[in-house]
Amino acid sequence: MTYSVRSATVRFGHVLALDDVTVEVPGGSVVAVVGGDGAGKSTLLRALAGEVALESGTIEAPPKERLGYLPASSGSWAALTVTQNIDFVAGIYGLAGEELAARRAELLDRASLTPAAGRLAAQLSGGMRRKLGFIMAIVHRPELLILDEPSTGIDPVSRIDLWRLASEAAASGAAVLMSTTYLDEAERAAHLVVLDGGKILVQGSYDQVRAGFAGVVTQGAAPVRPEWAWRRGRVRHEYWPGAAPPPGTTAVPPDLEDIVIALSLARRNAVPS
Amino acid sequence: MTGVLLRARQVTRRFGAFTAVDDVSMQVQPGEVVGLLGANGAGKTTLIRMLLGLLAVTSGSVELLGGVPDREHRRRLGYVPQGLGLYGDLTAAENLLFSARAYDSAVPALPPALAGRADVLVRELPLGAQRQVAFLAALAHSPEVLVLDEPTSGVDALARAALWDTIRGQAEHGAGVLVTTHYMQEAQQCDRLLLMSNGKLVAQGSEADIIGSTTAVAVRTGDWAQAFAALNAAGAPVMLAGRAIRVANADPGELHEVLTAAGIQATLQPVPATIEERMLVLAREASAS
Repeated sequence: MTYSVRSATVRFGHVLALDDVTVEVPGGSVVAVVGGDGAGKSTLLRALAGEVALESGTIEAPPKERLGYLPASSGSWAALTVTQNIDFVAGIYGLAGEELAARRAELLDRASLTPAAGRLAAQLSGGMRRKLGFIMAIVHRPELLILDEPSTGIDPVSRIDLWRLASEAAASGAAVLMSTTYLDEAERAAHLVVLDGGKILVQGSYDQVRAGFAGVVTQGAAPVRPEWAWRRGRVRHEYWPGAAPPPGTTAVPPDLEDIVIALSLARRNAVPS
Repeated sequence: MTGVLLRARQVTRRFGAFTAVDDVSMQVQPGEVVGLLGANGAGKTTLIRMLLGLLAVTSGSVELLGGVPDREHRRRLGYVPQGLGLYGDLTAAENLLFSARAYDSAVPALPPALAGRADVLVRELPLGAQRQVAFLAALAHSPEVLVLDEPTSGVDALARAALWDTIRGQAEHGAGVLVTTHYMQEAQQCDRLLLMSNGKLVAQGSEADIIGSTTAVAVRTGDWAQAFAALNAAGAPVMLAGRAIRVANADPGELHEVLTAAGIQATLQPVPATIEERMLVLAREASAS
């Protein structure tokens, strides 16, 4: 089963939040959405989850009881324990008794949260709380799993737990759509979507995105055109979208971080705001 | 500006029976960017709060700009906490005015990207814009020492590069910077690193010093998810780097057996370990003890 958002346009007042966006999320794979603040990531996810109305376009998604959604905010109740949070959500989906106990134990174990089962959500670290939110989104084995920045502010070890949970969900057939600001994570997805200003800059597999990237990225201590340059560690990278870079500059193979920044700059520098 | 800007000497902090920071000694010098790494709950924020005089030490001592971390010394400090420390019910301009009055400094101008939104309440601004305001507020009084707790969490690639421009610029002008991050590409932008685990400072120095004797094996296969699941089920400390699977401190022979038993063809290759792998090994040691 493939779920989708097709030619979707969403407007909040006079702000165009999504502009003719089409994204497909096939069962059994992870699709990652990347982009900056106000790029439209959350709006795209919420549109697929049925949380915002489209001005035009179509949504193909399962009914709510077969959909799991982890919002960008915590997604759990601070005054309930980890177990109570899971049981409450599971109850909504009609999961109870031994079936619930088994499912809860399995998910707590996979998320390395078993020792924290009796703790209040308010007393969890950021990483633990995000994993709890994830468990609550997935407890009813949804066919479509939508995760809004599940790993933001999470340490690398907890991030691995989250990826394991997401990839296990995909491996068991779920369609997974997640947003992230970590571009190394996006590389890992079967398909990635780069959003900027409500529009799709580029989408495809990592290899397709890399192959389709036009222009050259150079590296140096001082950029030739500061408005086309950005910092990477101790040096600066600079994007040459059309003409070849001048002699004396050193070209580098761009990674996803370079590609996303270069495409964002191209859009920004072409359209004066 | 001379001397050590931030210093901890054998600092310990307990909360009841729990030891959040355990005998930590460290320092930050002018002109250097020091990265403080560690899993959530390792004690990073507790250490920072003690260095700034916001939390009392249980034992040991701290120094801010050569003295006790009191109000007078904090005037020369710029601090951006994880929660940003802005007033959500004030506008961006009002937040900057408030901070400038508190530090008795000039009110910074809003950057062009925010100029049209000067009258928007801070809580209604996107997170990236809030971060810009918090940075402006922290930098307006030209602090000699800058402490940043996860400054780029949730920020997109372009804004992250711009924030690091600001951070490196401060260090080039002589400020000392202490920064926590979960983003390993950012750790590589620091001059020196400190790694905390379970309240202890377990390693410091360059990236190589942090990684220490940790080793790793890269597993290359057609279907990473399947191989990842098999190795994970076998209890191996698996990491993902892009789409490559990596296993820390592993014996390639044992990994080969696990993959073969699961019917997966893969090539195994020893590779240099990463900081994340050192953190994973530490986390597993901690949960085993």
